[in-house]
Amino acid sequence: MLKTFKVGGVHPPENKISAGKKIEVLPIPKTVFIPVAQHIGAPSTAVVKRGDMVKTGQIIAKSTGFVSTNIHSSVSGKVKKVDVSADSSGYMKQGIFIDVDGDEWMEEINRSDDLVKDINIDSKEIIQRIHDAGIVGLGGATFPTHIKLVPPKGMKAEVLLINGVECEPYLTSDHRLMLEKVDEILVGTQLLMKAMNVDKSVIGIENNKPDAIKLLSEKCKAYNGISVVALKVQYPQGGEKQLINAVTGKEVPSGGLPIAVGAVVSNVGTAFAVYEAIQKNKPLFERVVTVTGKEISNPSNFLARIGTATSELIEAAGGLPENTGKIISGGPMMGRAIASLDVPVTKGTSGILIMKSEESKRKEYMDCIRCSRCVSVCPMGLEPYLLMLTGEKQIFDRAESERIMDCIECGSCSYTCPSNRPLLDYIRYGKGKVGAIIRSRKK
Amino acid sequence: MSITIIYTIATLGIIGILAAIILYFVAQKFKVVEDPRIDEVEEALPAANCGGCGYAGCRAFAEACVKADSLADLNCPVGGNDMMGDVAKILGLEAVKKDPRVAYIRCNGTCDHRPKTSQFDGATTCAIASSVYSGESDCEYGCLGYGDCYDVCDFDAIDLREGMGVPLILDDKCVACGACVDACPKNLIELRKKFPKNRKIVVSCMNEAKGGVARKACKVACIGCSKCEKECKFDAITIDNNLAFIDSDKCKLCRKCVPVCPTGAIIEENFPPRRIKPTEKEECSTAK
Repeated sequence: MLKTFKVGGVHPPENKISAGKKIEVLPIPKTVFIPVAQHIGAPSTAVVKRGDMVKTGQIIAKSTGFVSTNIHSSVSGKVKKVDVSADSSGYMKQGIFIDVDGDEWMEEINRSDDLVKDINIDSKEIIQRIHDAGIVGLGGATFPTHIKLVPPKGMKAEVLLINGVECEPYLTSDHRLMLEKVDEILVGTQLLMKAMNVDKSVIGIENNKPDAIKLLSEKCKAYNGISVVALKVQYPQGGEKQLINAVTGKEVPSGGLPIAVGAVVSNVGTAFAVYEAIQKNKPLFERVVTVTGKEISNPSNFLARIGTATSELIEAAGGLPENTGKIISGGPMMGRAIASLDVPVTKGTSGILIMKSEESKRKEYMDCIRCSRCVSVCPMGLEPYLLMLTGEKQIFDRAESERIMDCIECGSCSYTCPSNRPLLDYIRYGKGKVGAIIRSRKK
Repeated sequence: MSITIIYTIATLGIIGILAAIILYFVAQKFKVVEDPRIDEVEEALPAANCGGCGYAGCRAFAEACVKADSLADLNCPVGGNDMMGDVAKILGLEAVKKDPRVAYIRCNGTCDHRPKTSQFDGATTCAIASSVYSGESDCEYGCLGYGDCYDVCDFDAIDLREGMGVPLILDDKCVACGACVDACPKNLIELRKKFPKNRKIVVSCMNEAKGGVARKACKVACIGCSKCEKECKFDAITIDNNLAFIDSDKCKLCRKCVPVCPTGAIIEENFPPRRIKPTEKEECSTAK
């Protein structure tokens, strides 16, 4: 019996079309737009101005406040302007436009492909370097990594979980990374272990990636304290709390952080970024992005610079098919449709999914038939139909007592509803309102 | 048999009398003295319980009126000046006249003016749509058209105008309760001074983007050129964040700002036709 999380879950068609495609380096675009808010928390402040020359890897926006991080230039060239442009939600967000001129990297970056195994810095320095390199959780939540590594007072991390689950259908960027950069990921894991001062790490991988499980299980023998566990394919296993439950059997208390059960979760992409930042002095300015879809002619995994426009990625994967219905940034379950092709790749972009118009359209929604399927699939043990109702009727005190804030927005309820009810839409709305109420109460 | 009936009646009668005496003393002890004027004032109020006055309902407003020393800060927009005069009479206070107000949706981005660039198929409420993304057009400030304002209006004063993209507030029905102002997630609705014959001059746009961006997204967007600001002799127009705003309390309805607007973002409603044909304005509105 393979391990998995205990409550709820669904199994959508996997459609990992691009799993066999090697990571290709995407040509550097002519211009990039780098938003200053690419992470959860306070947006960074731009430290360059119009006309400045920047090099690849140079800091262009500095962290402001505790929950924030640095942003580095992904290209070399001239800053065109610091202005607003539409982000994936269509709202105007501030960012830095850079006209590309050649590809001159900062001198301190080690551009060789040699594996650097020896770790000779201490825990504090690792955390500082992670902060300086602008590393955030690359699984999609983009929470600054350096904060996660320092547990709150009175708590102690016991185990580091590396998330190689990639439970979202279609996406294959983590899978390819595990196959192609296995040693780097393992060294990165060791760096994270040292930073947190734990001696045990488990890499969780879903069973639909047998090649990655095999490769990592063999390689990890050479590294102390790292083991690999195969997990049953079940969405949303890549969720932090679900992964902890699947691997350790422990349940994170409602409203609590994973550290409450002694666990810290990091994505394989993050482990790789940590390796590059510390062993190669390379800040986070490029990431692997899957460009996929049933109709697209060449689904691929690209190593793309942050700030590259979505249109460039789609062009490289064979152009936009005619009957495109939606272009989704992220996976089909949790990703969001984008309103314009100028939207740039950010630190949190794990994939670009192009959906046919037939499969992307939502069906008309009907009344709730009380089948309670949403309740049985909810991985957090909530009652989505009730939470939707509280959102619809604006009964936010009830929503709070029904623990709406525990919702991880995985979308299993909307996916499974036979009446096509927009459960998550209302829950997300209610969550926003309840969150604001809780914040105003604290003030 | 008859004795049983007599005993029963007697027992129940005694219990009843005892209970009445106890209840009498309890009622005396816990007596709540309520100003009888509260009932009178409540009677005069429209009983719409809309919350337009800022209180939880008509009763709460009546209590506030009775407690208050002056009616200057209290106003029931539904009843208007006549009704507030009645309330003042009941309370023996001086009536304070207030300008009647009317709600206005400051967006003219109907489908002809504002091309759609994307399509939304999530839950059709403005609150949810605006939390997910900026809207179906390139204008992130404009009306979403799903009618959250229509849903909250208790007075049937909003015409959804399905297919037009922007609802319309019916001036004669609107009581300026402000429910739609709070419901609009884009903050488009403003309570403006109500002029005779429902005349109005208003900048029907909330787009704070730079001129070029705003104009690209919508044909009738305010581009913040400040021509109207210069034209206005009453200091009623201010420009903030690339957006003009006409203060209805200062506006004298001279209509001079309307022809100078290069995009037609300033709207005049319910005026008689101009005597001299405003050729300038026509040229401007057709120029690209």
